[in-house]
Amino acid sequence: MQAQTDYVLRTVEERGVRFVRLWFTDVLGFLKSFAITPAELEAALEEGMTFDGSAIEGYSRVQESDMLAVPDANTFEILPWRGEDAPVARIFCDVQRLSGEAFEGDPRNVLKRNLERAREKGFTFYAGPEMEFFYFEGSSSPVPLDHAGFFDLTEHDMVSNLRKQTIMTLEAMGIPVEYSFHELGPSQHEIDLRYTDALTMADNVMTFRLVVKEVAHDLGVYATFMPKPIAGDFGSGMHTHLSLFEGDVNAFHDPGNEYGLSKVGKAFIAGLLRHAREITAVTNQWVNSYKRLNERYEAPVYVCWARNNRTALVRVPPAKRGKESSTRIEFRSPDPACNPYLAFSVILAAGLKGVDEGYELAPEATNNIFEMTPEERAAEGIAALPQSLGEAIDVMENSELVAETLGEHVFDYFIRNKRAEWADYRDQVTPFELERYLGTL
Amino acid sequence: MVMDPVLVYPDPPPPLLAQTLDLAGYPWKACGNASVASAAEPADGWTGAVIVADDDPEGALTMCRSLRKRDNTLEPLLLLITGAQLAELELREDLFDDFCLSPFHPRELETRLRHLFWRTGRGTRPEIVEYGELVLNLETYQAALDDRPLDLTFMEYELLKFFATHPGKAFTREQLLSRVWGYEYYGGARTVDVHVRRLRAKLGEEHANLIQTVRSVGYRFGQSRLR
Repeated sequence: MQAQTDYVLRTVEERGVRFVRLWFTDVLGFLKSFAITPAELEAALEEGMTFDGSAIEGYSRVQESDMLAVPDANTFEILPWRGEDAPVARIFCDVQRLSGEAFEGDPRNVLKRNLERAREKGFTFYAGPEMEFFYFEGSSSPVPLDHAGFFDLTEHDMVSNLRKQTIMTLEAMGIPVEYSFHELGPSQHEIDLRYTDALTMADNVMTFRLVVKEVAHDLGVYATFMPKPIAGDFGSGMHTHLSLFEGDVNAFHDPGNEYGLSKVGKAFIAGLLRHAREITAVTNQWVNSYKRLNERYEAPVYVCWARNNRTALVRVPPAKRGKESSTRIEFRSPDPACNPYLAFSVILAAGLKGVDEGYELAPEATNNIFEMTPEERAAEGIAALPQSLGEAIDVMENSELVAETLGEHVFDYFIRNKRAEWADYRDQVTPFELERYLGTL
Repeated sequence: MVMDPVLVYPDPPPPLLAQTLDLAGYPWKACGNASVASAAEPADGWTGAVIVADDDPEGALTMCRSLRKRDNTLEPLLLLITGAQLAELELREDLFDDFCLSPFHPRELETRLRHLFWRTGRGTRPEIVEYGELVLNLETYQAALDDRPLDLTFMEYELLKFFATHPGKAFTREQLLSRVWGYEYYGGARTVDVHVRRLRAKLGEEHANLIQTVRSVGYRFGQSRLR
């Protein structure tokens, strides 16, 4: 620990870092930050920095508002886009009460607690998300870049510049990527993050969203992780590849099984499927998230698993021969506007519940579930994911698993906040309704 | 890194000198004459010498001469003298590297010693590890590639340091885990893969192959010795 602290302090001095940004996350997954000077850093690393928690969504009530942000020295990075002359660094923080207890409303703490539970059972949890997002002309309306009038940059130059800058910035921050360029629309992109342990990955997702938005901003465009920004087009998902390791052994792998899946792997999928409806409010937390979860756009809607059927909620990609460690499952419902700390927490908890209780995995879905009639689906016991935020909250509210995973503080706040969002939405009369009904009814 | 002792003359040295060396963290050994000094010399030689001339200038200069005129000249050598003896230094430039007026100020003596040791590369000189265009300064924890600073997290730095100090040799993930992270680390060998990928990303496309994957073994930094 001391060596890490020395490393951070020495680097700040050697590189002439002017400000260190302390990062943490509110319950809804927004990155929060305040800056300290290098002079304050040593004390901050030892004792944490006090801040007013009542200003943060889902943190404390006003009467107990002072909190400590305690930097995690291992996450110290110099921000590569702030220029060489006066570098700015960031450190992720754990939030504590003034007494030094971990604060239960801090999403990073929620994930750490759940990872610790997995660790007690001997498991390390790895995640690798595929991040999808759109570039638009600005934040006020979803105008794709190919419609925008850039006078000296052609759209192609602009896009390749965006891509190059984004990847270089991510790699400079130690976030290795595999890039894929969507063909569905010139303004939608996908960047796949190479798997890491789930805590690092949740930090990476927070960093990723900021980097993508910053680079876009620098080049005069707007990047959004809104799940479904354009009616009638594909939405943005965050398909997440998951695996559990027991030491160096991939706990999901069994060469003798026809799917390459071990007992743990099968039970984990069974847990994910059985609790999928309960955790959807967390993995898809906005009114808009449910516009994406629509079978018209190949998004997962039905609770089932398959190997090659990309419409299933859980997909088991075929492991490469001789690459046992690559056995993994892909959970396809989350969207990139989720809180990654909370989403990874509930995904892990649902899967581990299946492992703990030895859930039996239902047979693989073979037909295209979208083409089945509701009766056929019912006969196969295939449930549907919640179709609205309101329904998702109702299901979550009755879930002991989610309450236990998030802890009472986050669970209660989340339900209250999302109920209010749903109530606001229900207050709206949409353009769809006016167009469809006003002239005829 | 444990430092070899500094030779001190006379034996016993003035108490303030002993105290100053102790507080500065320099191990030292007092020797009353050249033959004792040569018998007690560590295998890698003395880190340096502090010779006190104020009480017995003749003995001190004799000591200096024998330390400097031998096959492997002892340096750095710092002479403590009184103001009245300054003239005696004339034509004896080869016998010492620096001097300090006695009575001395402990902070001044400490600063002069630190600088001398830095210049001669003994004791606290920053250790530099170089491999091709990669430079690691082990004292300041800074890494640079093609003369550009490389911003690393602590564990990335530790892993790169281990690689750069053991080039050409293949290590298994387990070896890297135990040598770099320590045995008590839980994360498993995947941690190594994850950090290697992070490092390669930061090294950039051009230098990513500094860390090579050795099939069914693990990783190797730089060129194999067999080539």
